[in-house]
Parts: sequence; structure tokens; C-alpha cells
Amino acid sequence: MRRFEYHRADTLEQASRLLTDLGDDTFLFNGGTDLLVEIRERLRRVRNVVDIKQIPGLSDITYDETRGLTFGALVTVGRLERLPLVCQRYPNLRAAFASLGSIQVRNRATVIGNVCRASPSADTIPPLMADGAFIHIYSRTNMRVVPLAEFFTGPGKTVLARGEIVTGITVPPAGDNTGKAYLKHGRRKAMELSTVGVAVSLCMDDGVCSDIRIALGAVGATVLRAPEAEAMLRGTRLDAATVKSAANKATEECTPISNVRASADYRRDMVGVLTGRAIKQALEAFA
Amino acid sequence: MKRIVELTINGEPRDMTVDTCRSLLDALRDDVGLTGTKKGCDVGDCGACTVIVDGEPVNACLMLAVEAEGRTVETVEGLQPGVDTLHPLQDAFMRHGASQCGFCTPGILMMAKKLLDDNPRPTNEDIRFGLSGNICRCTGYTKIFDAIKSAALEMEAARS
Ligand SMILES: Cc1cc2nc3c(=O)[nH]c(=O)nc-3n(C[C@@H](O)[C@@H](O)[C@H](O)COP(=O)(O)OP(=O)(O)OC[C@H]3O[C@@H](n4cnc5c(N)ncnc54)[C@H](O)[C@@H]3O)c2cc1C
Ligand code: FES
Ligand code: FES
Repeated sequence: MRRFEYHRADTLEQASRLLTDLGDDTFLFNGGTDLLVEIRERLRRVRNVVDIKQIPGLSDITYDETRGLTFGALVTVGRLERLPLVCQRYPNLRAAFASLGSIQVRNRATVIGNVCRASPSADTIPPLMADGAFIHIYSRTNMRVVPLAEFFTGPGKTVLARGEIVTGITVPPAGDNTGKAYLKHGRRKAMELSTVGVAVSLCMDDGVCSDIRIALGAVGATVLRAPEAEAMLRGTRLDAATVKSAANKATEECTPISNVRASADYRRDMVGVLTGRAIKQALEAFA
Repeated sequence: MKRIVELTINGEPRDMTVDTCRSLLDALRDDVGLTGTKKGCDVGDCGACTVIVDGEPVNACLMLAVEAEGRTVETVEGLQPGVDTLHPLQDAFMRHGASQCGFCTPGILMMAKKLLDDNPRPTNEDIRFGLSGNICRCTGYTKIFDAIKSAALEMEAARS
């Protein structure tokens, strides 16, 4: 394995200082499931890692009906996957968590590491984005809160400045009038990165769709929203014909590439199929 | 840089002096001398390196040895309840021919132990979900499933 220096931070301030002082090729080290693989496969030049797992206060999970679900930077995918609240109120998140890697990987991997790695195919991002989640960012000068939809600037790139650290994510409360789904499409069921991932979160009031968000994974430089498709659906009863034409619209809104996992054309087709299916599944909450 | 890491391995307090960029897997195999845990891929794909840390199964290749400070690590060497006795899973794996080349076996045994500790009567689907991070290139999995189900029955009988 390539050599690197390991640093352990006890506070956010110390971690942030290490990030700025140690200079280029210094990265926060959370669950390490991306970082260690990238070091071993020589995909990323790493000179220093700053382990944040000893910093207190980053492991909490809280829920209340007005604020929603908030969890800290150190919370693993596995811990959230097993949480009854997540199973009951956020079936979309639960589906994404249970589909990420293996049990062993999920016991180390954090959701916030998955988000910060900013891969277009990351499984936790589409449902968090469709739910309108926002990110809490620490910096030594000013803390800020950023909507997840504005967090990504490209593949592997985010709005984080050097020395900034994500401390947590808040997902708005899951009301009784909401329906949610995340569908991951891969070549096989287990241990597979997404070929396409589609998340839908919607609100129904008296049979009319008052709000809907669609987020598409692995079909663009970042996870994308499908604003035109969403606009076609808002205010309708989500009848089959409208859903079909909106799903078609979503295929025009994405910008997939061809790679080892699938061709761009196939991905585009799957966006159409999965968007329709995800809306149907989200509506099952009201059946 | 080297550090001394104090931890508990298979019930015994140990310390190991390790390079800070060493994986827990390399430290267990090369520094502690516990070579039961295998290295198949070194990147989280195969599950051969599965060990149980503070009660949860993880890939030892995806964890640094320094991160094990103060923790409890269980490896396949700790599975046997005594020198002359096997864990029911080990016994069942032998009887069912669930191990051929044996490279995946330590990881699968640790995963199966955790599965049965949490869920004494797993369905086929439960076993499939539980083992989805463990690859076996030899057995075709059927005998592994048979062995786990048979061990589950024996462990249940032993409890009642
Ligand atoms: C075998 C295997 C299978 C996998 N399968 C899937 C899959 O199916 N779907 C999927 O989406 N992913 C998959 N992954 C990747 C997934 O495990 C990671 O994306 C993981 O969630 C990252 O979290 P981590 O805590 O391990 O991050 P780390 O590896 O520690 O960090 C990842 C990146 O995020 C940065 N970072 C971490 N925490 C913070 C923070 N608080 N603030 C700012 N930056 C931070 C780090 O500096 C680094 O650049 C797989 C990985 C493996 C090894
Ligand atoms: S060696 Fe760790 S998962 Fe393959
Ligand atoms: S017995 Fe050979 S890999 Fe499983």
C-alpha cells in the first residue's frame, strides 16, 4: 500500500486546521471505504489522512416532527439501515442504504462520506436530494447550511472549501401525505454500483400531487433533478398518461455517458422505466 | 510512523506495534500472526477478510490497524469454544463439504456466526442477504447454505 501519514483530530477546529496546514493531498478520513480503496488502487494521491472518528458529537441521530431527521457525520449506513424509524418513515432511504455494498461495508461506510465523495452513482444521494435534505458545514470562520441540491459541482466535486467539514445532514420530516421510493438498477442484486438510480418523493393532497421531486443517479456529472418532469406532474392526479409523458421528459433531462456498466442509450431508457415505476411505488403509501 | 495499539483479540488483551498506514488485516496476519483471516482482494469486494469488531462484522482490509485501538476483535481463530471442540458451524461446514479450497471459509464462518447470533432461524433469503458480501469461487454456495441451516438446527437443539 502507498504510504501516507495518519493524523487523529479531537475537535472540529483541530481537524480543520490540519486540513489547511498540511496542504494538498490531505483528506478527512471517515469510514475509509472509499479512501482506502482509492489509495490501494492508486486512484487518488494521498499524503495525509485526518481521522475524525474521535471527535465528540458527530454520532447522534435525532428525529422530531417539525425539524425531521438529523444525523451526524460519523453515522454509518448500517446503523441507519437498521433504525426502525428509517424503515417506517423513509423507505426510500432504507432502500438506498440496504443496497449499498455489503453488510461489512455498511458497518464502516458513513452516509456523509458517501455524499462527500460526490460520485454521480452514489446510492444515498438521490433519495436524500428528492427529500430536500440539507447539509451542515463547519468552518473556522462561519458555519453554513447548504441544500443538498446545491452541494455538488461535478463528479467528485462539492462546494466545500479547504478546511470545511460536513458535520451532519437534516432530512425534512416525513408527513402522512408523503410517498417515497428509491429504485437502484444494476447488473446484479448485491455488491453492485448503480447503473441508474431513481428517487421520487411526493406529497398528495386530496388525490392531487401538491409536490414532487425526482432525483436521477448515474446519468450525469452529478446526481440530477428532473425539473421539467416534476412540473408536468405537480397539480395532477398522477394518472398513467401523465406519468408516462413525464417519465419520457425525464429521459430528455438526463445526460448519461457510456461506460463498462451500460451504454448511454440504455441508461436513458432505464430512466424512463424507473421514473414511472418509482412514482407508482411511492403512491403505494396511499393504497 | 509506528504506534502501539492496545486491543482485545479473541478475548485476550494484546498490543501490537504497527505502521499507521497498515490495514487491520495485514496487522492481524503479519504482526500478530493470526493468518486464519484471508486476503482475497484487499478492496472490500470478496469478504475473505471478515472479522467482527465490537460485535459488528467488517472487512479487515478496509480498516486501519490504528482504528482498532481499544476495540474487541474476533477472528476465525476464536470461533472454537475449546482446543478439542469445534463451533457447530465449523463442524457443519466439514460434514457438508461446504469448504473446498477454503479461502472464503474464515470470512463466511464469521459472517454466518453473526447471522445466527442475531437470527437463530434464518430463511434462505436471510442467508443470501447475510452472505452477499462474501464470494466463494468453489462451492456454488449450496453446501454453504446447507451447512448453515444444519448448524442453526443443532445450535437450537443445544439451547433447548
Ligand atoms: C466493496 C464496496 C462496495 C461499495 N458499494 C457501494 C454501492 O453499492 N453504492 C454506493 O453508493 N457506494 C458504494 N461503495 C462506496 C461507499 O462505501 C462509500 O461511498 C462510503 O459511503 C463513503 O463513506 P466513508 O465513511 O467510508 O468515507 P471515506 O472513505 O472516509 O471518505 C470519502 C470521501 O469523503 C470525504 N469526507 C468524509 N467525511 C467527510 C466530512 N465529514 N466532511 C467532508 N468530507 C468528508 C473524505 O475526505 C473522502 O474524500 C462501496 C464501497 C466498497 C468498498
Ligand atoms: S480481502 Fe477484504 S474484502 Fe477481499
Ligand atoms: S471454498 Fe474456495 S472460495 Fe469458497
